[in-house]
Amino acid sequence: MSTRETRAVGRLLVAPSVILLFLWMIVPLALTIYFSLLRYDLLNPGMETFAGLDNYYWFLTDPAFSTALANTLMLVGAVLVITVVGGTLFALLLDQPVFGQKVLRLMVIAPFFVMPTVSALVWKNLLMHPVSGLFAWIANSLGLTPVDWFAEVPLLSVILIVAWQWLPFATLILLTALQSLDEEQKEAAEMDGAGAIPFFFYIVLPHLARPITVVILIETIFLLTVFAEIFVTTGGGPGLQTTNIAFLVYAQALLQYDVGGASAGGIVAVVLANIVAFFLVRIIGKNLEA
Amino acid sequence: MARKQTLTKRISVTALAWLFSGAIFFPIYWMVITSFKTELAAFSTPPTFLFFDWTIENYETVQTRSNYLHHAMNSVILAGGSTLLALLIAIPAAWAMAFAPTDRTRGTLLWMLSTKMMPPVGVLVPIYLIYRDFGLLDSRIGLVILLCLGNLPIVIWMLFTYFKEIPKDILEAARMDGATVTKEIIYVLAPMSLPGIASTLLLNVILAWNEAFWTLNLTTSDAAPLTTFIASYSSPEGLFWAKLSAASTLAIAPILIIGWLSQRQLVRGLTFGAVK
Repeated sequence: MSTRETRAVGRLLVAPSVILLFLWMIVPLALTIYFSLLRYDLLNPGMETFAGLDNYYWFLTDPAFSTALANTLMLVGAVLVITVVGGTLFALLLDQPVFGQKVLRLMVIAPFFVMPTVSALVWKNLLMHPVSGLFAWIANSLGLTPVDWFAEVPLLSVILIVAWQWLPFATLILLTALQSLDEEQKEAAEMDGAGAIPFFFYIVLPHLARPITVVILIETIFLLTVFAEIFVTTGGGPGLQTTNIAFLVYAQALLQYDVGGASAGGIVAVVLANIVAFFLVRIIGKNLEA
Repeated sequence: MARKQTLTKRISVTALAWLFSGAIFFPIYWMVITSFKTELAAFSTPPTFLFFDWTIENYETVQTRSNYLHHAMNSVILAGGSTLLALLIAIPAAWAMAFAPTDRTRGTLLWMLSTKMMPPVGVLVPIYLIYRDFGLLDSRIGLVILLCLGNLPIVIWMLFTYFKEIPKDILEAARMDGATVTKEIIYVLAPMSLPGIASTLLLNVILAWNEAFWTLNLTTSDAAPLTTFIASYSSPEGLFWAKLSAASTLAIAPILIIGWLSQRQLVRGLTFGAVK
């Protein structure tokens, strides 16, 4: 139905967005690739020399990289398991006819709106402090030894904080999906005398398969680049125990002034994210009627 | 699962739901409560939950000692500015793609989405160097541009899914009735697209307000928003829990309210229309 004229106007209207996003993506990315091939010390500008793939070699063979990669996978994996399982259970619970449903919903989604620096510092101090934190008081009251969270289990502490931030996201999306489950289907299952457990596995879970996939992919994109929570709580430590890829690249660039090495790391991060993005874009594309 | 339930079952499920939801909400409640304690009370064990001497001195200290309002203002400027700029660029684009789609529209949309998948850390080095050379480090305008570009794909996508739902027939009907293009826009299209634009605006204010990668890396004081300001509490001196809580409460309150108001639109925006 669009004439040649409207199509021309359309292109004109879309152009600014396309050009800006193109510049925003291509220019920095090209520069990152370029820097990654240089020996480039931020403290000695003008001394850059061509290094070929050396930076990649050093970055990938550095033990810090394998540690950071393992920490990244651990962080992403653990948070995904907690939020998807927890989110499904919460969604099922909040979908029941309970008193005060609306208030509960507001309470559960609230953590998602808390800025990362606030949630990290409130958890680290008010809750997880080994002496005066609330968890220590609870442990003492139960006659247990309080855990010194960030000294004994630093990565787990970060995982708990990040999971708390993302649980609402999973819950909200799965709850929305659950509410679109056909009323008739529910009644039919009830008429057939299906118990709660078969009903969940044969009707509810297949219905949630797609939203769960979307939750996993979107969360993965964000979880691969968790930064602020680590920055304000542990600074990647103790040692490298909470350093993920994003933090390693940051440290390499702005703490060690190794532009070449950090750029190589940045490209590695981009490749990792793209593997996930590939699947996400395909799933969303299937749903798009344009 | 809307099964027939007895009252006792409903009450026990309600208790369970309140217990778990309360646990999730607890850290926020605890932060707000702590902000009204004295530093000594905040740090002491056993903790007090409701019955203590309430005080608002922390809120006063946060402002007088650290110029809280300056950082709050920066947050407003960065979140508001980047969102408005993004809307300005995105509305025409989303509009054109929704109302005059071509063969390339689908590909363009998916490509735009894929730019959002790029991890910021992948471009940290060049952006940092470019900003340093152009004197944009710790400047509001630099951050506004960056946050705008970062969220532009989400803005375009959300607007697109909303515009897509405006029935095209209504335009033809208006035209049949003799409406001019201007009248068509003012009386038909604007009222129908405003709710979509409003929810897009809200979601992006939330995202920009809480953005903590670029703000932490590129701002120190002049342009530092609340995310960076709160981060300065990570290396404090002396007792600081009550002040941290007060500053945090102030920092999240406006966005929590906006988030609660726009929760229904969030799902669609955050999943790029894949879940409605």
